[in-house]
Amino acid sequence: MLSLWPRLEPLLSRVSKPARYIGCEDGAQRPAHRPGDVSWLLVYPDTYEIGLPNQGLQILYEILNERDDAVAERSYAPWTDLEAELRAAGLPLFSVDNHLPAGDFDVIAFNLSAELTYTNVLNCIDLAGVPVRAADRTDWHPLVAIGGHCTYNPEPLADFVDLVVLGDGEEVVGEITAAIAAARSQGRAAVLRRLAGVTGVYVPGLYESCTGEDGRFAGLRPVDAGIPSQIEKRTVASLADWPYPKQQLVPLTEVVHDRLNVEVFRGCTRGCRFCQAGMITRPVRERPAEQVRTMVTEGLRRTGYDEVALTSLSTADYSGIDEVVADIIGCGDNISVSLPSLRVDAFTVGIAAQIQKARRTGLTFAPEAGTWRMRQVINKLISEDDLYAAVESAFSQGWRRVKLYFLIGLPTETDEDTLGIVELARRCVEIGRNYQRSPSVTVSVGGFVPKPFTPFQWFGQNTVAELQRKVALLRTAAASARGVQLRWHDPRATLVEGILSRGDRRLGPVIESVWRNGGTFQEWSEHFRLDLWLDAMADAGVSVDEIVHRHREEHEALPWDHLSAGLHKDFLWQDWRDALAEVGLPDCRWTPCYDCGACTGYGIEHIVASAVPPAGGSQGTAVPVLLRTAVGV
Amino acid sequence: MRLRVRFTKLGKVRFLSHRDLARIWERALRRAELPVAYSQGFSPRPKLHFGLALSTGHESLGEYLDVDLDPTAALAVEGLGDLTARLSAALPDGIECTAVAVLDHPGPSLQEAVTRCTWAIELEGPTDRAEEVVAALLAAPSIMVSRDRKGRVTEDDIRPGILSMNVTELSGTVVCLRADLGTQPRTLRPSELVAALGSPWSERRVCRLHQWVEDDGALREPLAPVVAVGAP
Repeated sequence: MLSLWPRLEPLLSRVSKPARYIGCEDGAQRPAHRPGDVSWLLVYPDTYEIGLPNQGLQILYEILNERDDAVAERSYAPWTDLEAELRAAGLPLFSVDNHLPAGDFDVIAFNLSAELTYTNVLNCIDLAGVPVRAADRTDWHPLVAIGGHCTYNPEPLADFVDLVVLGDGEEVVGEITAAIAAARSQGRAAVLRRLAGVTGVYVPGLYESCTGEDGRFAGLRPVDAGIPSQIEKRTVASLADWPYPKQQLVPLTEVVHDRLNVEVFRGCTRGCRFCQAGMITRPVRERPAEQVRTMVTEGLRRTGYDEVALTSLSTADYSGIDEVVADIIGCGDNISVSLPSLRVDAFTVGIAAQIQKARRTGLTFAPEAGTWRMRQVINKLISEDDLYAAVESAFSQGWRRVKLYFLIGLPTETDEDTLGIVELARRCVEIGRNYQRSPSVTVSVGGFVPKPFTPFQWFGQNTVAELQRKVALLRTAAASARGVQLRWHDPRATLVEGILSRGDRRLGPVIESVWRNGGTFQEWSEHFRLDLWLDAMADAGVSVDEIVHRHREEHEALPWDHLSAGLHKDFLWQDWRDALAEVGLPDCRWTPCYDCGACTGYGIEHIVASAVPPAGGSQGTAVPVLLRTAVGV
Repeated sequence: MRLRVRFTKLGKVRFLSHRDLARIWERALRRAELPVAYSQGFSPRPKLHFGLALSTGHESLGEYLDVDLDPTAALAVEGLGDLTARLSAALPDGIECTAVAVLDHPGPSLQEAVTRCTWAIELEGPTDRAEEVVAALLAAPSIMVSRDRKGRVTEDDIRPGILSMNVTELSGTVVCLRADLGTQPRTLRPSELVAALGSPWSERRVCRLHQWVEDDGALREPLAPVVAVGAP
């Protein structure tokens, strides 16, 4: 493979932010491609600024390069100006490490974290010089793989990818490498068949979609008996065995989350019913505190960063979080710690106070819904008292701004629930007035998109008009609430997320049409084109209402029924019924198992250092009144 | 105590912006465990003072940075011996620290002190008329260019900024120039000079070779000669 750098260099002088394309980061590898190696190109299908910090991609980059039978390089979606230059010059998508042509790799693997990047996936495949449809590829083309949270419903992309990987990638990338190396002399079909036998790997081309008499999706079936009918996700049993990334990439140019990241645990059993991440990443696996300390101190020393984020789905739940934070702060001056995904309670604010000694500008919480009734439906069991105590604690300790995240369009939501959001914010401002002259509460509202493998997977998403009506209600209410600022996500983008979240293979032509008509970078509001999506849906004869707004029935076939995140479908259905009955479900880390299937199915268990719930009380740790399962109260 | 550092920006890293460079230096100084002084206030920042900005895409053999050290930290001048190597190790490929000096008296900032820069400019275009056009520019009493500054168009004479210029190489379709361009009161950028040469020539590669300060009419490089440490 020959480096494209001499031909790329003149183009870079003409594009915006050329530093995105040079590589050279600390931690970057420039692997030698040895004969016989399986070469992976790991691609994040959005800009470098968004994609570089992605920890999943960085973990696999290191693990693959440590193997003696694989090499891995990275690529990101080139911005529109460079894409135009590449196409005009007849140059392909390239890796940023050795600047090699994407089409020369054995596997092009995409990290799929957001539905609105799907058209970028097609664009990157095309820019690589590879046919976008898997059926058109030959032995000479790379395999196109996808992994990440969106792969729990990969069907909209089934026409374009050769393999889909479910769950944690640490172990399975090695097995995929070995399978490719063993079978590639027998051709592409043999490789794919072999990959279909690797646990966690789904090969869409080996399954056929069935259509019912009503034209709707009626299930998938393997093309023959040698292909598994059910594909299970992969789960690494212990994070202690995987202290990655060891050499976190330090970008030379501006990116989001530009700091050291240390994952303190994976999985979450809070059981928030809207949250796909919390459902598909079970069980909870904590990293040993000692390893966290080592990764933080060594990481700071190696990178020169002055900020470290302790990442997880709810970092305040990490056993002994306060001691770990105290140790980190003690290890150097001017080191700041950030805790994304904070739980809402005064204990959490106490930890935040310990961290942000000097600069107390803003603190963010996610109550998600405006009334206690609504929070019971979604199982985000934060009482009004918890929230107000947290807010009081924040304002009294010097924070001037509190940001609150909410969802609208949740199941059973009434206007009273919607307006409860502003009411709650108004009350927070009032509390703040006791301590500050002009306290500010920013309310950030997103439209709810039901996701596969959650109890809400059967729920019909709100229409754009309904979400817009709710936003209007909130705007009117917020206009008269002093100190309350309202921000909201575009309901039109929420609709497209809904189309892709639960769609089936009929969406293949839709995605292809949007891409062919120039609809890339759909996550970027300046490039988002709802008209392209609606036209493409109409042309393909697929009803938006059927895919997005319709409530599913208990026994109907779902496009992801052949995949498994371990969760029993009847558990999810019962949780859906409980949601409608406004009944909460406790966190099984500290209460008896209710057999969702995530542990038992794989013979693994929670790894939690503390058998007692953290102090602070909210979100199911102090047992609320309405619980379905007996928890010994 | 203030340190003045000279460094390069060569190769792929030429595409980094001035802002990118500032962040890279902050991290490199922390990694080299240098006791850098921090500003006071809610959001303390390390006290770094950069010299003249280099356009994104241009290379340099002579970039400068002043670093204020924490006066409370004990730091012997002789302890700085391996500093160029330590800093280079903490910097990305292409950015290499080539000299460090201690400034006994901080004096004027780099941006005030530097009066001219020497540039190597590689152009793509016809070689036959290059000498003639360069001579014509040097002979012109004034060269007016218009600049768009935040929507307001201003007319400027760039001729006083061209302190010297000559053609150093002609081969194929490549013209190499060397030019001394002034930075006071207005910095003349190589790209403006290229534009003034006219449309047949376009910029291929630009490298800043030196920056100069004036001492009693004599030119010297901005590194104080007093206690030069680790200079090559």
